[in-house]
Amino acid sequence: MEGAELAGKILSTWLTLVLGLILLPSAFGVSLGISEIYMKILVKTLEWATIRIEKGVPKESGLKSSASVGIIQRDESPMEKGLSGLRGRDFELSDAFYFSKKGLEAIVEDEVTQRFSSEELVSWNLLTRTNMNFQYISLRLTTVWVLGVLVRYCVLLPLRVTLAFTGISLLVVGTTLVGQLPDGSLKNWLSELVHLTCCRICVRALSGSIRYHNKQYRPQKGGICVANHTSPIDVLILTTDGCYAMVGQVHGGLMGIIQRAMVKACPHVWFERSEMKDRHLVTKRLKGHIADKKKLPILIFPEGTCINNTSVMMFKKGSFEIGGTIHPVAIKYNPQFGDAFWNSSKYNMVSYLLRMMTSWAIVCDVWYMPPMTREEGEDAVQFANRVKSAIAVQGGLTELPWDGGLKRAKVKDTFKEEQQKNYSKMLVGNGSL
Amino acid sequence: MGSRGSHAARIPDGDSIRRETGFSQASLLRLYHRFRALDRNKKGYLSRVDLQQIGALAVNPLGERIIDSFFPDGNLRVDFRGFVRVLAHFRPVDDTDSGMRDPKQPEPLNSRMNKLRFAFQLYDLDGDGKISRHEMLQVLRLMVGVQVTEEQLESITDRTVQEADEDGDGAVSFLEFTKSLEKMDIEQKMSIRILK
Repeated sequence: MEGAELAGKILSTWLTLVLGLILLPSAFGVSLGISEIYMKILVKTLEWATIRIEKGVPKESGLKSSASVGIIQRDESPMEKGLSGLRGRDFELSDAFYFSKKGLEAIVEDEVTQRFSSEELVSWNLLTRTNMNFQYISLRLTTVWVLGVLVRYCVLLPLRVTLAFTGISLLVVGTTLVGQLPDGSLKNWLSELVHLTCCRICVRALSGSIRYHNKQYRPQKGGICVANHTSPIDVLILTTDGCYAMVGQVHGGLMGIIQRAMVKACPHVWFERSEMKDRHLVTKRLKGHIADKKKLPILIFPEGTCINNTSVMMFKKGSFEIGGTIHPVAIKYNPQFGDAFWNSSKYNMVSYLLRMMTSWAIVCDVWYMPPMTREEGEDAVQFANRVKSAIAVQGGLTELPWDGGLKRAKVKDTFKEEQQKNYSKMLVGNGSL
Repeated sequence: MGSRGSHAARIPDGDSIRRETGFSQASLLRLYHRFRALDRNKKGYLSRVDLQQIGALAVNPLGERIIDSFFPDGNLRVDFRGFVRVLAHFRPVDDTDSGMRDPKQPEPLNSRMNKLRFAFQLYDLDGDGKISRHEMLQVLRLMVGVQVTEEQLESITDRTVQEADEDGDGAVSFLEFTKSLEKMDIEQKMSIRILK
């Protein structure tokens, strides 16, 4: 009996604390400053750790080790220089060297495959999972690491799981209740309140520290919001600061329950799997949604898949054919505190969420950008590329022309034909031999 | 975290691969991670499909020939040792290789001879030690695609084979191949330096 009573008391104190310190303030959009203090301590600790690591490791002579440079020394000269000749020169047996070198370089490291694995850190952030080639430095560092493990798994993890549960259940219950009301401004106001509160709770469940820039450009009703995609958390991050109508496939299980509940309170656009294949149907429904100026802005991720937040890949043109105003948003995570990238081939959703909840924190910057519309004479693909460049520049990401779907499918032959064309031009010049 | 920096124990046969290929510990580890990343289904070996999925390789005109060099003798799988052995041909020649080399040891994989041998087998489709006129035509066709006519290609092939062929058998042997490239700076053209 004693044990059960004690457990009961601990549980109730715990829940009261959580309620008072976290849940209520988030309902009112107020922060008590606890997370700020946590972040300050965290930053100081990581800085200290970095200094100790740098002192401890003997610097290798000459070669600089920077995660962003890449692992091989690249010679980015164009084909003409690489083949050491002028145009209209004859074929040499050595021409194969250029292509074989480029080919082997691609095998060792290519622009695309590395974007589907987590970004490497320049200096270790005391998480086991990011430990690559870092050596034992000192006892103090190891102690801090052990302390970190204890804090993350024994204190933060239960707290975060509690919050996540609360957030999701509140969302489901709240939206179902709100859905019972008749349509009107009261319903909309309440649905916004429920969405915002639950998202704030969920963000605290990840110890998220988000900074929004240029709030004056926040997406308006009747527009389309596009952003670069790194993980499902992107949705949480954006909806904490405003309400959006989400677009996506209907899932089964827990996600399905959440989706069905949410759509009762607020008109999200969920598609059945079969409907997704019919592009006309999708475009028609989305067009209908934005035509109604009272409906919330649509949130779309045109890359179609999660990329590791170091680059922006091809934006699929479908979202840019709908018309309307596009509001680009750039999201950049700080990998030092926690890696937000979801490598769906390596981790399923549950292990991904657990990894999120045992990181230090999720720190990111969100930049709202001025709205863009399609110009005269610009087709959907050019418009998509324009928006993509703008987002890449704002977020400090590299821009790649490749399709994110490459991680699952083969590349088109047109790219190879271009290379063959360039080479042939060199061989036969302007047609004469 | 007290983890040891060198994870050589994790690479199967790490030490013997290192001796055979001459890669440094750090480079070998990098290549091992790359091998694991390319091996999508965690089979422990790579198949042609795994290499074909690299976008930049699939658009390379000689992509298929390069992939062929990983699968000699009709093999369908390449393990880490085979993978690194091919890449070792492109290791830059540095001071530790030249100089006091034990003549009894086999030639390092990144010697000039071996680099040339690698390039030679890109052309030698059937692996018989000679590049016939027909093989040269086929490889040239790979490099230019549909951009060049059959006549132009035949004339380029004829000229190239004539220039290199010394014993007049209408094909280019490995010796003739090396002779025609003796003035070329192979080391620089066929080297990939792995940082760190």
